[in-house]
Amino acid sequence: MDFQSCVKINREWDIVGARQIGREHAKKIGFGTVDQARIATAISELARNIYLYADTGKICFEIINEIDRKGLWILAVDNGPGIADISQVMEDGFSTSGGLGAGLPGVKRLMDQFDIISETGKGTEIRTVKWVRK
Amino acid sequence: MNKVNLDLENYRKLLKQYMITQDEKALYQAEQFTKLSMQHNISPEEIVNVHIQALKEIYPDLPKEIDDSMSFLLEAMISYGLAYQEFQSLREKQLELKSEISVAANMQQTLLSTVKPSIRGLDIGATSIPANQMSGDYYHFVKDNEDTLGIAIADVIGKGVPAALSMSMIKYSMDSFPLSQRNPSAILENLNRVVERNVDPSMFITMFYGLYDPKTSVFQYSSAGHEPGFYYNAKMDKFDEIKAKGLVLGVSNDTVYQQYELEINKGDMIILLTDGVTECRLADRFIERDEVLDVIKKFTHLPAQEAVEQVYKYFERLQDFQLRDDFTLIIIKKDV
Ligand SMILES: Nc1ncnc2c1ncn2[C@@H]1O[C@H](COP(=O)(O)OP(=O)(O)OP(=O)(O)O)[C@@H](O)[C@H]1O
Ligand SMILES: [Mg+2]
Repeated sequence: MDFQSCVKINREWDIVGARQIGREHAKKIGFGTVDQARIATAISELARNIYLYADTGKICFEIINEIDRKGLWILAVDNGPGIADISQVMEDGFSTSGGLGAGLPGVKRLMDQFDIISETGKGTEIRTVKWVRK
Repeated sequence: MNKVNLDLENYRKLLKQYMITQDEKALYQAEQFTKLSMQHNISPEEIVNVHIQALKEIYPDLPKEIDDSMSFLLEAMISYGLAYQEFQSLREKQLELKSEISVAANMQQTLLSTVKPSIRGLDIGATSIPANQMSGDYYHFVKDNEDTLGIAIADVIGKGVPAALSMSMIKYSMDSFPLSQRNPSAILENLNRVVERNVDPSMFITMFYGLYDPKTSVFQYSSAGHEPGFYYNAKMDKFDEIKAKGLVLGVSNDTVYQQYELEINKGDMIILLTDGVTECRLADRFIERDEVLDVIKKFTHLPAQEAVEQVYKYFERLQDFQLRDDFTLIIIKKDV
């Protein structure tokens, strides 16, 4: 898929840039304030993970315009070390922040669809979608 | 999302009422509103959002600064909402685990259940109370057709599920020994080999095995590092420790256990226990063994079963109704 826009994550402040672009898209599509804030938080988590564990990567956005629904597709890609045990990281309470609800399980809760493809030594690709509530 | 809209209507009414009257009633109703929202898994950021909407409806000319500051608050609440949702899901999981453990605890009770036998001339009382749901203590009576009584009492160092699992193993190995093999030392030697082969080296099991023969009135026993019990000599009106040397089970596979014997006469008593009794913890210290014996003495005039139950109740109260270790106590009195 050809993404409309991508933000490279190289430094911590790039996380802010990614949030910014994500929020602009979300506003344009018609998400309410609560969902805009949720999307921004999800982007933070994904971008922070890239910054912390993979050094560099990117966050890409795509607006989905279907006949009966609209949504925002967010993709986080990196060529970092990958995640060996995905089931484990998706367990509540596993993240290093432990019991604060953030991390990847948090992203899954904030968004409507969530998928991870990761291979150790090669990298990680996280795809997630949020639909506009009608 | 009908629900939230409906609530918004309600919230706006409450907020408006409060803005005008500042009365306690509106605040009480706000409290009810929050509880209801929580029941419907509404996160804090959604409440903040409802607040912003209501505020804008009541004050259409809300200053931009206030509006912005409210958006800021909403953003700040997102993480609280996530933590709250995670907490909910962990709580559900915890309930599941709890009910699984209680099923396991019931199974354990069935597996380890033992019938208190009636033996000519003996009054037997026994009780075993786990500190948590599953017990790492165990006692068992074996009566054979010649009326001899075998008594096993054991304690896994450690608590909870792993301890309980090893106890079930002990029980099954004992069941598999032939009835003809009743020597306390031989039983401990066999069990020791089973434990050494099958149990994690970090787990220790202590055990006392006694065999009483009513024909000779002799009580034979061996101990694998178990908390010493007490023997009451009625003629001398004196309590003594039942001392026996022996290594805990599972340390080395060729441990040999010494066997001892006592003659039991009319009015004598044998008291067996686990360290949940003797290591009863008071607010600031462990209880002394002498004090334990003093407590037991208070109740030994009662029938044996009543006595063990009263001793338990006494210690339960002493520890503020929070047992820290599994508690097992057996009292055997010779009546005739
Ligand atoms: N892009 C990634 N590349 C490699 N490993 C990752 C990546 N994202 C996450 N991980 C691994 O998965 C784990 C869980 O990530 P998650 O974001 O859920 O929690 P966390 O980052 O440990 O803590 P926090 O709650 O602060 O986000 C991380 O500790 C890390 O080991
Ligand atoms: Mg993270």
